[in-house]
Amino acid sequence: MSLEVSARVVERGVDLSFSVGTGETVAILGPNGAGKSTVLSVLAGLLRPDEGRVVLDGRPLTEVGGGRAAVDVPPHRRGIALLAQDPLLFPHLSALDNVAFGPRSGGASRSESREQASGWLERVAVGHLGDRRPSRLSGGQAQRVAVARALAARPDLLLLDEPMAALDVDVRPALRHTLREVLAERTTVVVTHDVLDALLLADRVVVVEDGTVVEDGASADVLARPRSAFAARLAGLNLLAGRWDDGAVRLGAGAVVQGRVVGPAPAPGDSVLAVFRPTAVSIYREPPHGSPRNVLDTTVTHVEPRGDLIRIRSDLISADVTAQAAAELALVPGDRVVLSVKATEVSVYLH
Amino acid sequence: MTTRARTTGLPGWIFVPATLGAVFVLLPLVAIIARVDWANFVPLITSESSRAALWLSLRTSTVSTVLCVLLGVPMAVVLARTEFRGQGVLRSLVLLPLVLPPVVGGLALLYTFGRRGLLGETFSAWGIEIAFSAAAVVMAQTFVSMPFLVVSLEGALRTAGERYEVVAATLGAGPTTVFRRVTLPLVLPGLLSGAVLAFARALGEFGATVTFAGSLQGTTQTLPSLIYQQRVTDPDAAVALALVLVVVAVVVIGFARQGRGSTR
Repeated sequence: MSLEVSARVVERGVDLSFSVGTGETVAILGPNGAGKSTVLSVLAGLLRPDEGRVVLDGRPLTEVGGGRAAVDVPPHRRGIALLAQDPLLFPHLSALDNVAFGPRSGGASRSESREQASGWLERVAVGHLGDRRPSRLSGGQAQRVAVARALAARPDLLLLDEPMAALDVDVRPALRHTLREVLAERTTVVVTHDVLDALLLADRVVVVEDGTVVEDGASADVLARPRSAFAARLAGLNLLAGRWDDGAVRLGAGAVVQGRVVGPAPAPGDSVLAVFRPTAVSIYREPPHGSPRNVLDTTVTHVEPRGDLIRIRSDLISADVTAQAAAELALVPGDRVVLSVKATEVSVYLH
Repeated sequence: MTTRARTTGLPGWIFVPATLGAVFVLLPLVAIIARVDWANFVPLITSESSRAALWLSLRTSTVSTVLCVLLGVPMAVVLARTEFRGQGVLRSLVLLPLVLPPVVGGLALLYTFGRRGLLGETFSAWGIEIAFSAAAVVMAQTFVSMPFLVVSLEGALRTAGERYEVVAATLGAGPTTVFRRVTLPLVLPGLLSGAVLAFARALGEFGATVTFAGSLQGTTQTLPSLIYQQRVTDPDAAVALALVLVVVAVVVIGFARQGRGSTR
């Protein structure tokens, strides 16, 4: 099943398009309010765009143009199942009957749909919980049942809206593992904040910012070589945008960053990106002398713990230093500092 | 013993009017119980006219409760789940019987379904006389009790929200399946307590009933009508029957509270 989407929703400032190949899992990443959930609502038929098209496996589901809806298939005939953060299991039905709901609505007999349901519960490793009411399930168990319920409806397209956001951190890995198994070969769109979801669940990543697609590529590529500030932040990388000038990246403020060019060589004047890890950045109170390093003058904005390191965030980039180094520098927000990074640590590529 | 959070910031004087209010409501109940002629209680409530009125009241109240459910549930769903122009005005009008004096309601019904009423003439032509029949009792009761069910159920529907219905639709369930298998079961407690309230209101209905249906023993004389009639001629019987209605009311409130308790 392949999916083609284009949608403009004026009220929410969304105007984007992307596609999903047959059996492919695409992660939609983006900051809050970027329009990710709006896209899912349009796909599921819960929100009619001002203009747009949704075509699933050659079947038009939404076709709106010029304020007129030529096609608008209702949600229950779309073959698109939606799994939200909140499992939303029907509280009056047992786990098994929740999962059997889809097959039953699809016309299967009671016993047949229960049989299918118990198979799906097995697949998501909660086969023993079929008799339980949703109120007697833990958050992780309930979300597994919700996954089984969505799959049991045999959707042509599965939508996941931050499926693990509401769960305890320690139950996420196991559920992510289960999802990875059941999503293989299944056409899926997953909205997420979590870089691990993007890496482990998705084949491809679509980054949405301010209602438009700013990046679209294989998960590993996007995270290794982000082209948007959001993807860079997700990947834990510093990203500086500038123009290629005399063998270096010239930033807006006149600063210049040297680095290793990755991929096709840029021509003078091309818009390029410089990307490097926060751990590669050193911090000084005074400009260092005589080292072949890139040097940036900036102001500290945040000082926060990050694992066993301290992350110093500045106007431009972040630096991760050891707690000991941070203590010696005694930095507080507002301090002027000099950040430096070796040219060999910086990847430069075309925007 | 369970620990209870301490109430903070409640002024001490507030308990005085609160207590006064409670006494004002409860004292009449005590007065009526004190006035009951216990020696003749059983014969009084089992006299022929009493049994006829009680039986009629139970029958008509049951039928009108069923009618309230059949018509009120769709009304509540439409009010809670759709948006259209003039919906606010329509909701107020539908709930009008809640605040309308029952006598006025009875009069309105009379001018609609009475012999010379808006629709009554047509019905008369078909040989159907509604006014002053048991059917009129049911209609009067339905008219005044429907808003209780609609208000109660609309509240339950709004509290339940549409999230489960959306999930059900994305699982392939059509609107009728969603209504039957998700919407209704989710608001069942609200529906039950609404139906119980409607039944209680129907059982106590007096003003609209006497105006539209009269008070004929065996056909249209309900328990409240009988009590009203006998309060002068046979006060002991009136008090005994009144106690029966008090007991029924207490039981009903117990049911309604239970229904509401299990919604959360």
